[in-house]
Amino acid sequence: MRIPALSDGLIRALTLALTLACIIAAHPVQALDVEDRRRFGPDSAAQVLRILSTADTDVFAPVIRAFLIQEPDIAVDYIVASSGAVMAAMTKRPQDFDVVISSAMDLQTKLANDGFALSHRSATTETIPDWARWRDHLFAFTREPATLVLSRDAFRGLPLPRSRQDLIALLRQHPDRFHGRVGTYDLRASGLGYLFATQDARMSESYWRLTEIMGSLDAQLYCCSSAMIDAVARGDLAVAYNVLGSYARARPDADRYEIIQPQDFTTVMLRTALISRGTQAPQAAGRFLDHMLDIAWLGKTTEGYEFDRLSQTGPASGAHLRYIRLGPGLLVHLDRFKKDSFLRAWESAILQD
Amino acid sequence: MTRAGPGTGSIRGRLMVLLLGGSAILALALFWVVQGFARQLAEESQDNILSASVTSILDAARIENGALVLDLPYSAFSMLANLHDDAVYYAIRADDTFLTGYDDLAAVPLPRADMPGFATRSFLDQDVRVVTAERALGPGGGQDSAPIRLSATLAQTRSGQEITLTRISRAAAAVGLGVFAGAAVLALAASRSAIAPLERLTLSVTRRGPQDLRPVTAPVPLEMVPLVAALNRFIGRLRGSLARSEDFIAEAAHRVRTPLATVRMQAEVTLQRVEREENRKSVREMIRAIDESSRAAGQLLDHAMVTFRADQLEETDLDLGAVTRDLTDRLRPTADLRDIALQARADDPVPIRGDAILVQNALRNVLDNAIKYAPEGSAVRITVTRQGEEGVVMLRDTGPGFPPDGMTRLRRRFQRGANVDGIVGSGLGLTIADEVMRAHGGTLDLRNNPDGGGACVSLRFPMA
Repeated sequence: MRIPALSDGLIRALTLALTLACIIAAHPVQALDVEDRRRFGPDSAAQVLRILSTADTDVFAPVIRAFLIQEPDIAVDYIVASSGAVMAAMTKRPQDFDVVISSAMDLQTKLANDGFALSHRSATTETIPDWARWRDHLFAFTREPATLVLSRDAFRGLPLPRSRQDLIALLRQHPDRFHGRVGTYDLRASGLGYLFATQDARMSESYWRLTEIMGSLDAQLYCCSSAMIDAVARGDLAVAYNVLGSYARARPDADRYEIIQPQDFTTVMLRTALISRGTQAPQAAGRFLDHMLDIAWLGKTTEGYEFDRLSQTGPASGAHLRYIRLGPGLLVHLDRFKKDSFLRAWESAILQD
Repeated sequence: MTRAGPGTGSIRGRLMVLLLGGSAILALALFWVVQGFARQLAEESQDNILSASVTSILDAARIENGALVLDLPYSAFSMLANLHDDAVYYAIRADDTFLTGYDDLAAVPLPRADMPGFATRSFLDQDVRVVTAERALGPGGGQDSAPIRLSATLAQTRSGQEITLTRISRAAAAVGLGVFAGAAVLALAASRSAIAPLERLTLSVTRRGPQDLRPVTAPVPLEMVPLVAALNRFIGRLRGSLARSEDFIAEAAHRVRTPLATVRMQAEVTLQRVEREENRKSVREMIRAIDESSRAAGQLLDHAMVTFRADQLEETDLDLGAVTRDLTDRLRPTADLRDIALQARADDPVPIRGDAILVQNALRNVLDNAIKYAPEGSAVRITVTRQGEEGVVMLRDTGPGFPPDGMTRLRRRFQRGANVDGIVGSGLGLTIADEVMRAHGGTLDLRNNPDGGGACVSLRFPMA
């Protein structure tokens, strides 16, 4: 088993953390493992909205800029951290943040469930369908299907698999071609990978068969989607499983691989936002949330907005799309015992030394 | 007009208050019962789901290789997801040692080892319904160790239930209000129907003419029969005493009139014999007084007769013109004495139905008046005409006319005009005419001639 991308990312994170630690040493956010931090808006702003997010600053900046045009008196302190770090920071110091944006639906649900979120109702939230919000606390603003990314080179001469069953059959038939060239998340390190895996396992037994086969082919394990896509683009990997489709599409060398939504079912993750219970600026935080949701749901035009916009039809829009349901069900896999037993089963399937 | 005694509240009001009050209490009771029942149902259904969920958690626990395996089923929590997205908390303990979940979520004491315990508590500043269930699992560890007592506690917020309850409360309130509104309408109808016979009786008694002393015969509800019987007995007594007094008056008048005729005749004879002017004058005074008394006695008799007959008219077909002509001819000698011309003019036959004696009596009294009050040498004009549905006899003289304030007063017994001093009269003439007209469903019009003085009296009979 090799984990090349993991050490890579670790070094990057460390350098980033070190540089940032110097800049913001005086701030209460010091406890947090910050990946990036940027301030938007005038220095003289009367109010600073502190947003804790897992989304890259560049991707999210257009939303913030559009908001600041409407609200000249507000500045935004945008802090990027991993979903685990976001969870830890919020449970320790909820008063340090106003808005929390995360792709970890399960952790967001736990935050809302455990009373770290503030209820928010507005004309905008009324327009959001039930499947995309929970308890007036948690609101989905974009969706992200988990896709197969396949290297064109590696599949030359082979039919492209359209479903897990196709993939399982191909991997079985051509073990030599795919040995050591199949990649997926290291569930022990990736919260998103764990979320996708638990949902897949809940949906179908084929997940376990696939994992067994990937294990037998000496699967490579990664921390995150981008590292896997990098590996496919480089030609190191032939198959990357459960990769965020939007990341794959956004790359300039996207023609080197094929992005497939498995037709048996494609798990769809929702990025969600909530207002921190400890917010110092509930009004401004509410307006920011509404602003985000207006863009996401009502198609308010925003230059440079790259997230997938949502529509009311949601789960009904494609037969193969399985939206992960917001709600207490997501808490089950966060249980210590449940997670231990799931990871044990996964390890025994994927690590076949 | 007699006044009734002081009112002691209305029957309808009392009925309404009773019925409305009763239905308000019923509606409130209905609201409470429905709401209480709904609350119980909602709580029960939440308890049932919580109970199923906690059971499925316990069922999924097992001992594997001597170690406890807890495998929370996904459905255990997803089944708790309802429309309103309630939050869920749990805690799992083995022999009171916390294993997983929310450490500060305390277990609920069980009523019995094999029954789940329920409680409503506050957790994380919210109302939650908590359930705890236990299961013996074992043996853990070595062969000789005791079984593990596994306890699972599950809590769910109650916002969904509150919303359901609010909805049910609203529905229950609407039902209660509906019941009340329906009852109000029924109460109104019931009180109206209960009061109706009383109102009908009141109306039928009120509508009666002043002389109508017949017993009430209209059908009334059983409860009112004693009242109506009492009323009829009372009317009977009143009628009896009225009849006796009328009889008495008639008898008295009769007894007075006959001797008076003798006295007058003797006085006439005496007048022929008396020579001295002062004696003749006092005899003439005497004759005048006798005339007055005799006339009053006659009218009292007339009045008694009219009162008697008005109760039971002997109606026949009459021609008003013929009746008037007859009477004019009969009174012409009297008129001639005062040199008064009676000018009667009748249209074509004016048929009416009436009691001939009473009609003649009424006409005679008004014509008598006209002759009496008209100045000597003048004329009294009598016309009989049809005016629409009425046959009208109109008498016009050139006398002093009626005093302007006395049109109503003059119809009463023994009331005379203020401008008639020196003329013999009892004050019963117009009373008699008025009573006759009423008995025939007609009217007696008293007014003064618009052109120059004099009275204008009209007797208006309904046409046959």
